[in-house]
Amino acid sequence: MLEIRWHSRAGQGAVTGAKGLADVISTTGKQVQAFAFYGSAKRGAAMTAYNRVDDKVIMNHEKYMEPDYVFVIDPAIVYTADVTIHGKENTKYIITTHLSTEELIASQPKLKGKEVHTVDCIKIAQETIGRAIPNTPMLGAFMKISGMYDIEFFKENMRRILAKLPQKIVDANMIAIQRAYDEVK
Amino acid sequence: MAFDKMELRDIEVWDGNFAAAQALRQCQIDVVSAYPITPSTPIVEGYSKFLADNYVEGEFVMVESEHAAMSGCIGASAAGGRVATATSSQGFALMVETLYQASGMRLPIILNVVNRALAAPLNVNGDHADMYLGRDSGWIQFDAYSPQEAYDLNFIAFRVAEDHDVRLPAMVHQDGFMTSHTAQGVYTMDDDTAYSFVGDFKPMNDMLDFEHPVTHGVQTEEDWHYEHKARQHNDLMTKVPAKIEEAFASFEKLTGRKYNQVEQYDMDDADVAVVCMGTSVETAREVATEMREKGIKAGVVGLRVIRPFPFMEIKEALEGIKAIATLDRSSPNGAAGMLFNEIAGALFNSDTKALLSGYVYGLGGRDLTKKHLVDLYTELQGNVDAGKVTTPLQQFIGVRGPKLQFL
Repeated sequence: MLEIRWHSRAGQGAVTGAKGLADVISTTGKQVQAFAFYGSAKRGAAMTAYNRVDDKVIMNHEKYMEPDYVFVIDPAIVYTADVTIHGKENTKYIITTHLSTEELIASQPKLKGKEVHTVDCIKIAQETIGRAIPNTPMLGAFMKISGMYDIEFFKENMRRILAKLPQKIVDANMIAIQRAYDEVK
Repeated sequence: MAFDKMELRDIEVWDGNFAAAQALRQCQIDVVSAYPITPSTPIVEGYSKFLADNYVEGEFVMVESEHAAMSGCIGASAAGGRVATATSSQGFALMVETLYQASGMRLPIILNVVNRALAAPLNVNGDHADMYLGRDSGWIQFDAYSPQEAYDLNFIAFRVAEDHDVRLPAMVHQDGFMTSHTAQGVYTMDDDTAYSFVGDFKPMNDMLDFEHPVTHGVQTEEDWHYEHKARQHNDLMTKVPAKIEEAFASFEKLTGRKYNQVEQYDMDDADVAVVCMGTSVETAREVATEMREKGIKAGVVGLRVIRPFPFMEIKEALEGIKAIATLDRSSPNGAAGMLFNEIAGALFNSDTKALLSGYVYGLGGRDLTKKHLVDLYTELQGNVDAGKVTTPLQQFIGVRGPKLQFL
């Protein structure tokens, strides 16, 4: 069982990202689950989304999770929420920030001793898609860190998932995914 | 008017809401009369989009409340159409008056109920308060534990409800957010196969059949009211279960997916068992398997059909069990839980020596964790070992503050 927790703000596309990732993984014959905590969600409010991946049907519906990966797609959330909560010893963190990994850990001591990767998904999204929607770049970074799939296979599937968007936006997302894949440290 | 067919992949990653919306599209609903409410909104939103995109030949009626939504469904169903809608919580509560009209008038409407807590305090998350509110309304009630089942049970519900020997409305329940907003793999049927399972709608006593005028919504006083209600109950008790079994059997033949009125998991040699509904059934199954690795013979009973209550089937499933826990996700507000009472009733005249204890959990979407269930099974085994229920008969799981227990 692979488990992922997303930290995001409502409106940044964590739910879409979690569902998109589940969709891609499902095409390879694995079982998937994607869900989120909403509450009375308002745009900008901190929220979490979740992925579970397994070889057998996923029957566990508890919201409690000790994640293998934590994705943080809003740069301020590492300071306002505890992104390490219920973390395991080998949990990997991929965090959106303009800081270097060392600067980030120095600014948030809770990350000390953890496997932390950084990438500026906000900047990448702004420069490619034209809006601060950091969800698809985060998935590009995840492909690099996890080595889950070949990036071309992943992009091809994301093209299908994003197909209802205008072609220009789809193309921009592909560039964003590739850039995050290349730039994550 | 022709409509387009939709190409689906064999497995789609859908949440429970979208799965239900796709089922409504594939059943080619004539009329959806709806008023949106969280978390059920995407079901009727999905249908209206399919309609606008020419994937359905039907009509979407926007109304000013859920009372009007169900009233619109009643009118359209009486007129002779295939009719469905969706709601949750406060919307369901506002529909209650019309729910009794729909079942009393024997109109085969399908209502997708995305289970959510009832205010006050206001809460949009999943519990079974609305489901419990509907249980005496004369509707058939199916319960889905996953998006796959929310999809499948919609087809089964139409098949049963529209049968001319049944002619009763049916609800398809799914857990708010835990199913409705959780995306999982769903095995799909292609449009033709799906439609063939429900078939063309065959009207009965429809108001638009001018050759055979009928009256709907009549008044009966003590002269006939009792006979109508007794006949409705009689049909629920005697005709509906067999029709449900028939529909389950044909659905299995078509898809390979098997449903039962009472879903048993590892019950054959179980010592301890949990009885519950919704997503909790699946989580409990996973925990039961883990308990067996620890030497506790654990099983799970899930209610697939809530009404008509499968009294005999549940008695049969539980008769040999040593300790049983019932899990109610709705506050009984001054009584033992619904499941506790129903299970006690089903077992009372049997030879069972089972130790029965009731639990309330998960109100307002409070997480039911695997740890809760491990503790629960351990407690049940403790009861078996002691030969008696060692705790009060009613306990609250996962509530903050001092432990709540009664009876």
